[in-house]
Amino acid sequence: MFPAVDARQVHKHYGSLHALDGVDLRIEQGEFFGLLGPNGAGKTTLINLLAGLALPDGGQISVLGYDVVKQYRDSRRQLGVVPQELVFDPFFTVRETLRLQSGYFGLRRNDAWIDEVMHHLDLTDKADTNMRRLSGGMKRRVLVAQALVHKPPVIVLDEPTAGVDVELRQTMWRFIQQLNRDGQTVLLTTHYLEEAEALCGRIAMLKRGQVVALDSTKNLLSSIAGCRVRLKLADALPTALLAQVIEQTGTNYLLALSSFQALESVLEELRLAGVMVQEMALLQPDLEDVFLRVMGRPC
Amino acid sequence: MLSFYTLFYKETLRVQKVAFQTLLAPILTALLYLLIFSHVLEQHVEVYPGVRYTAFLIPGLVMMSVLQNAFANSSSSLIQSKITGNLVFVLLAPIAYWEFFAAYVLASVVRGLAVGLGVYLAALWFAQPPLQFPLWIVLFAVLGSALLGSLGVVAGIWAEKFDQLAGFQNFIIMPLTFLSGVFYSIHSLPAFWQDLSRFNPFFYMIDGFRYGFFGTSDISPWFSLAVVGGCLLVMTAFTLAMLRSGYKLRG
Repeated sequence: MFPAVDARQVHKHYGSLHALDGVDLRIEQGEFFGLLGPNGAGKTTLINLLAGLALPDGGQISVLGYDVVKQYRDSRRQLGVVPQELVFDPFFTVRETLRLQSGYFGLRRNDAWIDEVMHHLDLTDKADTNMRRLSGGMKRRVLVAQALVHKPPVIVLDEPTAGVDVELRQTMWRFIQQLNRDGQTVLLTTHYLEEAEALCGRIAMLKRGQVVALDSTKNLLSSIAGCRVRLKLADALPTALLAQVIEQTGTNYLLALSSFQALESVLEELRLAGVMVQEMALLQPDLEDVFLRVMGRPC
Repeated sequence: MLSFYTLFYKETLRVQKVAFQTLLAPILTALLYLLIFSHVLEQHVEVYPGVRYTAFLIPGLVMMSVLQNAFANSSSSLIQSKITGNLVFVLLAPIAYWEFFAAYVLASVVRGLAVGLGVYLAALWFAQPPLQFPLWIVLFAVLGSALLGSLGVVAGIWAEKFDQLAGFQNFIIMPLTFLSGVFYSIHSLPAFWQDLSRFNPFFYMIDGFRYGFFGTSDISPWFSLAVVGGCLLVMTAFTLAMLRSGYKLRG
């Protein structure tokens, strides 16, 4: 079985910028895969190469076994890409836009599926509305619908929820998760790390055009030892605990703990110093901690 | 094939959605030219013996409208799609570069012919030029609009802002069409300008097109056909090579 996406030693330059520096990435069919990284890390460049919007300077990328350069028509048929920019054609209605997109992918009489996609994305009421008259959130839904109109086996979502309200996020993720359960592969880039943590089975992190972490979400989370405790104290923190401070605002502290057991010694120090605890919350490590730690390491 | 047809259909649907701008406005502009030039020159100029100046002018204006609108169609559609970013929907689709070319050029031909037909029908109210060889008329209209449609694809892809496209239109297309014999026969020009006109491919398109109406022309219609056909072949090869390379479309 071919991998959904197979990138081998991919390089891309823009002038003197080495946007992708030997990227190797293999995404299996049926995965919900996250591609994370700070701005300028190369996420969108990689997606553009995958979708044929840019051409690689070196290396190979294939989608379900089809080379994106030599077999571009076959590879593009396998992909449904939601672009990052909020773009639309102002001449057409929502239904016309989706019918045209179906036709580009060689599909005639696709209205049954178009209706279903519009239903899942709450677009049915807007089917005959011109694209210009839609709100930003509605336009974003149409972008998602356009990517799904030819039932692609691999769905690529490049920052699909940037600037989008909670309702649309929930509607969209429900539908995308359903498609993923039905066997479609999903490749997601997002700045919302909690989204990636909740949705993605595996995650790759890019930094300066290189893959700096690639593992299951579970393994990435467990790679961070210890946890944190947030405290609101009646007085200042005893000096013996200052070494553990991550954040401080007045008498509100965020302390690092090597393990849950270490909490007992913190409370012991506070009792000895006579400092009263007004509020306390124990925090588990999340993807943001992993992200910050990985991005803080030199390449 | 459905990908090509859909892109072609999208381009023609766009023309219909803004028909005031894409069809009616150029017809009105051509009629204003006809009204003014025929009023001023009708009593003073006879280009072909026994042919009224207004009748002589009509084929030139029709062909000028065909050519300018064919160029405007592909070039303006492409630059709008590039600047608004929606060209990405076409670039993401499994559309071959030659299908892309064929769809934009054919849509340009359709708009060029539609405007040309509109100008011709409206101009009949002023004068009725004969139709000696209708096939020559159709042949030159189709080849000329395809050539300008192809040039429009190149200009639309090359230009990065509307200003650059307007420069292309105003400093290349417009002078070449106006100096191609739309309003006169090149035999009425001094020898130097006659010789220079022979390097203008638009001259051959207008002259060959006019031959279809009057059965007479400044030079042999076969020679004009060879020049226009040759230019179209060269332009097609150049545009296809540009699209295949992904120039300014696939970074």
